[in-house]
Amino acid sequence: MLELTGISLTEGRVPHLADVSVRFAKGRLTTLLGRTGAGKTTLMRIIAGLALPDAGQVRLDGADWSRLAPWQRPVAMVTQQFINYPHLSVLDNVAFPLVRRNVPQDRAREAARDMLGRVGLAAMVDRRPSQLSGGQQQRVAIARALVKKAPVVLLDEPFVNLDYKLREGLREELIDLLQAERDTIVIYASTDPREALQMGDDIILMAEGRAIQSGVPQTVYAHPATTRAAEVVSDPPINLIGLEVTGDALRLERLADLPRTALGRDLPPGRYTLGLRAHCLRQGGTLPARVALSEVSGSETVTHLQAAGQALVMLERTVTNHAIGSTLHLALHLDDALIFDPHGRLIEKEPVHG
Amino acid sequence: MRTFYLSLKYLAVVLWSAFVIFPFLWMLSTSFKTANAVTAGAKWLPWVQFEPSLAGWQSLFGGVGGINIVKPYLNSGIVTLSGSAIALVLGTLAAYGLSRFTFKAGPLGNGDITFFFISQRIMPPIVLAIPFFLMLRFLGLLDTLPGLILIYVAMLMPIAVWVMVDFFNSVPRGLDEMAWMDGCAPVTTFVRVILPNAVPGLVVAAMFCVIFGWNDFFFAFTMTFTEVQLLPVSIVALNSSVTPWWSLSAAAIVSVAPLAVLAFVVERFLSRGGLAGAVR
Repeated sequence: MLELTGISLTEGRVPHLADVSVRFAKGRLTTLLGRTGAGKTTLMRIIAGLALPDAGQVRLDGADWSRLAPWQRPVAMVTQQFINYPHLSVLDNVAFPLVRRNVPQDRAREAARDMLGRVGLAAMVDRRPSQLSGGQQQRVAIARALVKKAPVVLLDEPFVNLDYKLREGLREELIDLLQAERDTIVIYASTDPREALQMGDDIILMAEGRAIQSGVPQTVYAHPATTRAAEVVSDPPINLIGLEVTGDALRLERLADLPRTALGRDLPPGRYTLGLRAHCLRQGGTLPARVALSEVSGSETVTHLQAAGQALVMLERTVTNHAIGSTLHLALHLDDALIFDPHGRLIEKEPVHG
Repeated sequence: MRTFYLSLKYLAVVLWSAFVIFPFLWMLSTSFKTANAVTAGAKWLPWVQFEPSLAGWQSLFGGVGGINIVKPYLNSGIVTLSGSAIALVLGTLAAYGLSRFTFKAGPLGNGDITFFFISQRIMPPIVLAIPFFLMLRFLGLLDTLPGLILIYVAMLMPIAVWVMVDFFNSVPRGLDEMAWMDGCAPVTTFVRVILPNAVPGLVVAAMFCVIFGWNDFFFAFTMTFTEVQLLPVSIVALNSSVTPWWSLSAAAIVSVAPLAVLAFVVERFLSRGGLAGAVR
């Protein structure tokens, strides 16, 4: 188990990481999910020893890594940029980490050839990295990272600079490759909630340099602990709407007044935040909203709307064209709604009394 | 229309070539002339119509009123090549350090250290003459090859640092970090990964060092008396009350030749494509 405790890092006056304590289990792929600047890359650099934390510890199976230089840590990393050694052939690029670990040249090359075959580059071994396409270059980098059989593999948004189709394909190949490594700790950074939910055995949500929630992806998705966690894990963005509960009514800020039973659960009077995922908004209701932007991706349509000054996002599992500026009438389906208390913490759903 | 522009291009190239090559032709023809031919000029074809003589060339190899150029030539070669080699090794190491690590002494940082190196070349050399002279005298190295090599290392290293800092800054840091994670300590990273990718920069730096070293007259003149003479000094020594243009031309050709050959050989290395494929 790789264990990080109390990791903090401030550069200049900018806090990059604040008291991050997380664990990564062997044989599992853990996704670090967060937006750009959430601290994912910094956390990976600290694990690899490329950045030193101001405070906190990194331990693998109890062994403290704090005093280990990057070249002493058993870590492999693939970064967003496709980094390979320009002066070496593809084969020697992949053999390089083995040769540096005193594996004899011919055995290193054999292992490299095998690994390159598995990433589909068997025919390219004699080329230079500069003679390859971007996707091929990143495969070389992946092969170089995996050939070491390092117990910790860091993947920092490895496919972000590749086009969509290639990304899908490579992601699946990578998962296949990693299946074989039973004891490996794999950490995968991503900004894409869908990717994270599909890929990870575990998920850690990061925001503003903190690890805000961790767990099994389905659980984290269904029960985001805070409004921030709900924002990070939802794609398209979750609708957060102010909610006021009074004696006999529910008031959705600026949008609608509903009967108290509309939520299907009982809440004491007070102010709350309602988290409504985009698929819970549908056409065919009474709430008028103007279309600000409508984008089709694959077989889905994501529509950004304005209703009485409240921005809303609607997801439809069909391809439709909503003209910008036109008015739609929405229905809000509150069965799956998330309710957060005034501090932004999730209030778990309870069965309705009576 | 394309042909027109193409011919314009060729015309420009031809004109420029003539402009560059002409002084060399003049030098070459002068080196085979005698005093009369230099001053009299020709009736029809200047630079061609004259009685060739080997007097100018003979004066370089112990001829009448001449010198023996062989020893200064070798001296210059030794001093320039060893000075450049040492300056390049030290300068490249310094440049890598300045490019990759952060140094701090109060308000001074990497940029200031780099400037200290370069500022040696900004100062007029005369400023350095007396301190260098005193230091060499203290070391007992005045008028010796090792003494001159030391001076040349000091004068050439700023050039190497300057070129290489710039070059290393263009080599992505990600490459160093990748090498670390592949098990290379910093020295191995430098030798196995960074240096092989720095060849174009090294070639440029080496060329600048050799050119400046080979052409230096000032320190070759001030730091020597009789024992060690370098080529530029011995060429000047050819001069007398009547300027021997033929000898000077022959000497100039001999002294330019190695640099011209170097330029031809090195030209092919001077492509910046060396780093393509490191980071996309």
